[in-house]
Amino acid sequence: MNNNKVIQVEGLTKMFGDFTAVNAITFDVEKGEIFGFLGANGAGKTTAMKMLIGISNPTSGNANVAGFDVFTNAEDIKKNIGYMSQKFALYDDLTVRENITFFGGIYGLSRKRIKEKSDALIEELGLQNVANKLVGALPLGWKQKLSFSVSLIHDPKIVFLDEPTGGVDPITRRQFWELIYKAANQGTTVFVTTHYMDEAEYCDRVSIMVNGKIEALDTPKKLKEQFKAENMNDVFLKLARG
Amino acid sequence: MLPIIFVLPLLQLVILSNAATFEVKNIKFGYIDNDHTSTSRALVERFNASTYFNVITDFPSEALASSAMLKGEVDVVLEIPQYFEHDLQNEKHNRLGVTINAIDGAAAGVMNVYVSQIIQRFNQHVKVDLLQPSDQQIQVSNIDTIPLFWYNETLNYKTFMVPGILVLLVTMITLFLSGMNIVREKEIGTLEQINVTPIKKSQFIIGKLFPFWVIGMGLLTIGLIIAKLIFNVPMVGSLPLMYVYTSIYILVVLGIGLFISNFTETQQQAMFIAWFFTVIFILMSGLFTPIESMPKWAQIITEFNPIKYFVEVMRMVMLKGSGVTDILPQLLKTLLYALIMNGLAVWSYKKTT
Repeated sequence: MNNNKVIQVEGLTKMFGDFTAVNAITFDVEKGEIFGFLGANGAGKTTAMKMLIGISNPTSGNANVAGFDVFTNAEDIKKNIGYMSQKFALYDDLTVRENITFFGGIYGLSRKRIKEKSDALIEELGLQNVANKLVGALPLGWKQKLSFSVSLIHDPKIVFLDEPTGGVDPITRRQFWELIYKAANQGTTVFVTTHYMDEAEYCDRVSIMVNGKIEALDTPKKLKEQFKAENMNDVFLKLARG
Repeated sequence: MLPIIFVLPLLQLVILSNAATFEVKNIKFGYIDNDHTSTSRALVERFNASTYFNVITDFPSEALASSAMLKGEVDVVLEIPQYFEHDLQNEKHNRLGVTINAIDGAAAGVMNVYVSQIIQRFNQHVKVDLLQPSDQQIQVSNIDTIPLFWYNETLNYKTFMVPGILVLLVTMITLFLSGMNIVREKEIGTLEQINVTPIKKSQFIIGKLFPFWVIGMGLLTIGLIIAKLIFNVPMVGSLPLMYVYTSIYILVVLGIGLFISNFTETQQQAMFIAWFFTVIFILMSGLFTPIESMPKWAQIITEFNPIKYFVEVMRMVMLKGSGVTDILPQLLKTLLYALIMNGLAVWSYKKTT
């Protein structure tokens, strides 16, 4: 196994009855990369991601994430990855600090480490004033940034982000991508799905899924050349429309 | 939420314990006196003196009495025949007509016993009164039974009901809280976030059990205090034994709840299933109706009813002062039940679909 490849996927397939949600996808993601995982609604992005994070069993194919096999060592994968779902999934009835403490505890961080992490995280996100407020009361943008930071609490090798900026204003989106860059600079691999094509431009490499298959995979620059398009938006439209 | 969890069931305990009574009181009593003699009036007076009967009407005719019963204005009608006194003196026997509204069969049975007792006592009294000096050789022979009511000497139904109702409340609260819990996390999406963490299945289930277990034990404690202070229910047996048993029992209920929660997709589904079991468990618990009088198949089903064991143990320990050896069968069955249900709860929690 190539040590630089933190995700290796080969012929990964997921069937729901007769319906093939993910059709034999093959790709690699390198360490420290920001990998954009694009596709229209229903193209199979979320299903593919759920197989990689070990909460959905693949029907066939091979996948190795953070050095562990998704079929046999899903629980080992979970120690090494962070995940932020498209639906806000921290506990609304816990405070900011309680949520951080809770997830820190699940990942087995020491009390001291949790305290340090919480303080650093709350300061970085500028949440000092609301640290002891219930998360449910925060605006969506703040929730998303908090959710992202919590998914990084155990310093995972890879973080999976499922449409992290859905429904968020442009300023917050910008701040969000700054957080993503910061994580990538610190060596975390970022695997991100999005519908915003300007965000696709920020990625190191991008794959585009259509009807369960990966139809294109390269750097945004090369994709634009390949499809003779002005921007990623045109690339996406050309592919998605077939 | 926490105040609701504690206040509502305790309110129920106080209200239901007073209301769920099997005693039949305030029976609406009517009579048709066709005799109008001192003897017939003395008989009616017996009913009047009883605290169970409210003598309300003297019906002039049978037709009026039956129409009153149809309207529900009267529960029992006593018909005293003409020449009642005369026949009693001359022929030594007589017939009285008693009509009872038996829509509630159990209550009708109780009323019948009350009426018969009053008439019998009146009868003895009359016999003694009417004995002529010449008839002295005819002795009235009576066999008297003197009942002794063990463990609940005054036949106070509250003594019987309060521990049972407390059991129901502890069961329902813990079952519903746990049954709604995991499925709620499925609905709001936090469960998925938990599933991508390396948490072990058993850790997760224990984490879910513990807070509800504490709530259940807290409810029991407050309930017992109310039972003692408000209803003065005797607590003959060992309180620690009660707690040991309850601590295991609550695990059974929570295990069932979490199992339900794992198998359902929405809180409505979980609610329906929890209700299904609650109603069966309650009505087949022996709390309201004796299990011994159920058909054989139903008795077999009650073997799987955790509430049955809790009701038995609660009554045995609180009212009879039973010790560990007496409740050992219930204790062991409950323990086995707890292990199975929580095993199923862990098994049915799937981190991967």
